[in-house]
Amino acid sequence: MSIPENSAISCKNIHLILGGKVILDDISLHIKQGEVTTLLGPNGAGKSSLLKILADEIKGTEKSNSAISYFNEPKQNWNRGKLAQHVGILPQQSTLSFAFTVREVVELGLLPLSLSRKQAQKVTNEMLEKVDTLHLESRSYPLLSGGEKQRVHLARVLTQLSESGDKTVLMLDEPTSALDLSHQHNTLKIARQMADQGAAVIIVLHDLNLAAQYSDRVLILNEGKIHADGSPWHALSAENIAHVYQHQVQVLKHPSADYPVIYTM
Amino acid sequence: MFLRQFPFYVLILSAIFLMVLVATFSIVIGPMTISVADSFKGLTPWANELPAHIQLVIHQIRLPRTIVCLLVGAILAISGTVMQGLFRNPLAEPGIIGVSAGAGLGAAIAIVAFSSIAMQYPLLMNIAAVPLFAFLGGALTTLLVYSLGTSKNGTSVAVMLLAGVAIGALSGAGIGYLNFIATDQMLRDLSLWSMGSLAGATWSSIALATVSLVILLTIFMRNAKGLNALLLGEAEAGHLGVNTQKLKRRMILLTAAGVGITVSISGMIGFIGLIVPHLGRMLTGPDHKVLLPLSALMGALLLTIADMIARIAVTPAELPVGIVTAIIGAPFFLYLLFQQRGRM
Repeated sequence: MSIPENSAISCKNIHLILGGKVILDDISLHIKQGEVTTLLGPNGAGKSSLLKILADEIKGTEKSNSAISYFNEPKQNWNRGKLAQHVGILPQQSTLSFAFTVREVVELGLLPLSLSRKQAQKVTNEMLEKVDTLHLESRSYPLLSGGEKQRVHLARVLTQLSESGDKTVLMLDEPTSALDLSHQHNTLKIARQMADQGAAVIIVLHDLNLAAQYSDRVLILNEGKIHADGSPWHALSAENIAHVYQHQVQVLKHPSADYPVIYTM
Repeated sequence: MFLRQFPFYVLILSAIFLMVLVATFSIVIGPMTISVADSFKGLTPWANELPAHIQLVIHQIRLPRTIVCLLVGAILAISGTVMQGLFRNPLAEPGIIGVSAGAGLGAAIAIVAFSSIAMQYPLLMNIAAVPLFAFLGGALTTLLVYSLGTSKNGTSVAVMLLAGVAIGALSGAGIGYLNFIATDQMLRDLSLWSMGSLAGATWSSIALATVSLVILLTIFMRNAKGLNALLLGEAEAGHLGVNTQKLKRRMILLTAAGVGITVSISGMIGFIGLIVPHLGRMLTGPDHKVLLPLSALMGALLLTIADMIARIAVTPAELPVGIVTAIIGAPFFLYLLFQQRGRM
């Protein structure tokens, strides 16, 4: 498999075995720039593990030929600080319990950057605004609701990526799990917009319809293997979904837009 | 609680002002009455106009004691601040999780094991052997508690506190055994560790504490951004480009060094590292860049006040200062525990 030129992350022969259980079984894939790639699959399929391996947060079980590279540079050639400017990840949940203000949490995203005070303030304001949290800026973070916290962390990750230029990877691990309807769509629109500007966006989702609406490419994981990989129309077929989730569905075209809508039975 | 309404420089200047005020009082107060004017005079080049016994009390007893209070208080407070950041929990404090006890055991072992050289080389003993063993005891304890209590989801308060209980009991038994086999001279030195006292302050301990404070504060400040990121969680800090393994290792060693050195100078003094960072965060927030310098000042202030209370509460006798900090600190700890109880 040759590496495509616009590859943001390439991984080859990734295995992950935890406590004797195979979590990921020989995964090789390229994540492309300018696309929203969604990882779907039932609980325990290995979605979050794969995301963590792609983000270099955990290491795969060592096999002789496994490898990860970012923008066609092997992982080993990147130093931490440099990689942090280009690859950002929004965790499923954060354990922060200290009373930072919302603005201070977002400012933590400035760590890998070297911005002037003025630039930093501008970026922070812009990102706070983008995720609709500017009105919360001087609130104490631990007192926010789950959804508000999730949005604040998104602003932090967007701040971290504000100097990434044309090499950007944004990874979101279930970014909509605590959000209301309008903020779910706002978050995914931000992801969509980033991809349209050239970023590689990888999202772990549970909601098939959100995936269908916002993705260029859908990867369905099942039992540590890639079961389907392709456009939403291709990957989100009724057969694939029925096979992976053990649940009957019907897939129809959205009445006013060109993406599939999944109806559960 | 959220009291963040004062700019940083106002807080720092107020803390410095209070510190100078308290330090002056600390020199004035004591069993022998020395007037404020004479106390001030004792600190100037005109000190030799004072009666010899007053000079002696100021220069050999009260001044070194006050300076050691300030330095030890500052070291305890910044070590506590960093330890809480490292454990991502405001209950982590060297005394509570057993690090002081481990350091105390290390110091006690050094006193008993090297008692033969203590007579010939007291300086080597006091600024090298005892601090080194206290540091080793503290570092081992911190590593043990950290690896027991911390997972990727943060620190388990319950495990952390129980580990502290176990290590405290073990160190207590160790120190008790050393007391049992110790000679009278050793006993006098050992009795210092159990409760903490600043009465033994000398100019050599001041030198040791000054160097330690400068080194610790400098390195902590350089790592302030990394420590802030670590509060998010280890994985998140890693994604922000922080070398978390290296940072953790470094901070564990340095906080253990801070605790070990203070234990070797003044014995086990608890709760300064618990109260001060907590008050500091209420005043400025958790950002280590501003929290560390403020904690250093507030720690210096608090320990000097505690030592004054220890000196005047039961005159002409003197309370161990550890009793005073425990009386102030333990209810505070219970209050924090009460607040956290939903998250145990």
